[in-house]
Amino acid sequence: MQPGALSTFLKRGAIWGFIVLELIFFTVAGEFLSLSEKAFMDVDNMLLLFKQSAPIGIIAMGMTIIMINGNIDLSVGAIYALSAVILLDSMTWPVFAGLGDWVIPVGWLLALLTGLVLGALNGLIVWKTGVDAFIVTLGAMLGYRGLVFMYNGEQPTSHLNWTLVDFAEAQVLGLHTATWFLLLVTAAIWFLMNRTVHGRNAYAIGNNREAAVNAGIRVGPHMMINFMIVGFLAALSAVVFYSESGSVNPNDGELYELWVITAVVLGGTKLTGGAGSILSTFGGVLAIQLLRKGLSHIGADTETVNLVIGLILIAVLFLDRQLNVKGKEELKI
Amino acid sequence: MSEMTRQQIGGLLARQGILVAFALFMIGFALANQRFIDPDNILGVIRSSAILGVMALGVTFVVISGNLDLSVGSMMSFSTIVVLDLHDKIGPALAIPAMFAMTLCLGAFIGFLVGYLKLNSLIVTLGMLSAIHGLTLTYSGGKNMDIADKEGTWFSIFGQGEALGIPVPILLFAALAAVLGIALAKTPFGRKVYAVGGNGTAATFSGIKRARVVFSCYVLSALCVAIAGLIQASRSLGSQNTVGQGMELEVLAAVILGGASLLGGSGTIFKTVIGVLILGFIQNGLLLVGLQFYVQYVVTWVIIILAVWLDIAAKRGKLWSPIA
Repeated sequence: MQPGALSTFLKRGAIWGFIVLELIFFTVAGEFLSLSEKAFMDVDNMLLLFKQSAPIGIIAMGMTIIMINGNIDLSVGAIYALSAVILLDSMTWPVFAGLGDWVIPVGWLLALLTGLVLGALNGLIVWKTGVDAFIVTLGAMLGYRGLVFMYNGEQPTSHLNWTLVDFAEAQVLGLHTATWFLLLVTAAIWFLMNRTVHGRNAYAIGNNREAAVNAGIRVGPHMMINFMIVGFLAALSAVVFYSESGSVNPNDGELYELWVITAVVLGGTKLTGGAGSILSTFGGVLAIQLLRKGLSHIGADTETVNLVIGLILIAVLFLDRQLNVKGKEELKI
Repeated sequence: MSEMTRQQIGGLLARQGILVAFALFMIGFALANQRFIDPDNILGVIRSSAILGVMALGVTFVVISGNLDLSVGSMMSFSTIVVLDLHDKIGPALAIPAMFAMTLCLGAFIGFLVGYLKLNSLIVTLGMLSAIHGLTLTYSGGKNMDIADKEGTWFSIFGQGEALGIPVPILLFAALAAVLGIALAKTPFGRKVYAVGGNGTAATFSGIKRARVVFSCYVLSALCVAIAGLIQASRSLGSQNTVGQGMELEVLAAVILGGASLLGGSGTIFKTVIGVLILGFIQNGLLLVGLQFYVQYVVTWVIIILAVWLDIAAKRGKLWSPIA
């Protein structure tokens, strides 16, 4: 066995091992502690798990490529909220009154466009001003949230379209619409990062920006495209979720950025860029949702979820560092 | 104008730009509404900024040492809830030191993880944000905390009291800013903080114990959070579990606005105070000219990015970034 092969294997498989552990633990513990008669590994329960993972999961795919690229985006929660507001409000605009149900694709398009534009704005600022993405998106998190409030004050924006609700609640081949979106996005982003030039360049830029520049890769456009993708996915996540719920509060999506980043880091993506895998992020998203569901299944307070996830995040960071070859890490600092 | 003087003026503007912007804002708002420069209004703004300000003082140390602290918001909720709960159980005289001890323990834990174990501060404090939030909710059982006898307690002095006509929160903020400002600028410890943040490797080679300095910064930050929690608890004498939620990013915004670089090694207490006051006065000024509170979010967004952009543009001598 080559040196480092074991730690690579451990790191790749760690998140899936963790998921299996969670499943075993909650199944066994559920037998003794659960108040409900239903087993934890019930098929309906697991299908619901996927569906509930979708809003965070779809955004997490975008965040993974941002972080592989060596950036971070703290504004996804605000983009999510603003896209949701546009989605629900645009369907009531008098301009589209004559469209009937055709207003749905128009609303979707406008919402997705909103996400794309907001992401592009972040990317453009990071590219052209050279200000760190952390600061740019920290500012945007406040600014975009301000726009959400300015749009409709402190009132919730509501609009229920029953055709849309039927679509969002539909189950095709057993899976919910939201689950299909999560799977499709995962597949598309996986393809983008593993089979296209853009993906390869994103890894290269995150790994060693100077070397990437010397190799003739244009850093700016790649960063901007990635910010557009994460904006688009934040909007898509909103579209999927609010098609069903039909009402958005101006505070919705707050702290989403933190949950998303937690999922991505659990999946093993490095904050320093250059390393990370889409499938592991998928695992990270499932692991968090499983933990939430599991803890409520065994009757623990929902509050403990925060405590457990926070400590797991730190433990993962610690283990990850112990598994890494030491000298390599020291050099990177 | 020759190239030299233009660069000098540009450099001066960039270095003191935050003060210039502050002055312009004050003049603009004062012209728009007379009440803005009313002494009562000014004291009111500083008073309501004091909680954010006290937290920003501690975070300034952490940021200068080259790390981040995203956990101060939920830590503030924690200390507020704990001191309110203990107030009725063991009395205020014991509750305050007990709360300080618990909050400092949390700070020491983070300091241990980031300083001695050298874990990434962003993720550690992100994890602690979530963990401490969970801790607070578990501690309070999800309920709001209230002091039973709100009239008869001397505990309210920290948030509502006045001395020499100045509200106590302002005095606490000012005193802490003075002490920490001197500690950062004039003591060996302060110099070590700059050294560790500026170039950690060089600092280590010159015999500075990096881990110990980082550890101290987080404990200091926790101390500031405990004081902020004390002011918050004493001001309202009752609190929700989520009172500090989201404040970590506002605090960071104030520190960045003050010109501290996230890479570490630069920033001062004085500039952080200016950053805090700018946020407070912008919020107040916008309200006074009749705009809703959320307009300040958008204004803050523009100001933060402009401030940091001009700062680094002056350092590199070019407005646009060299990124291809």
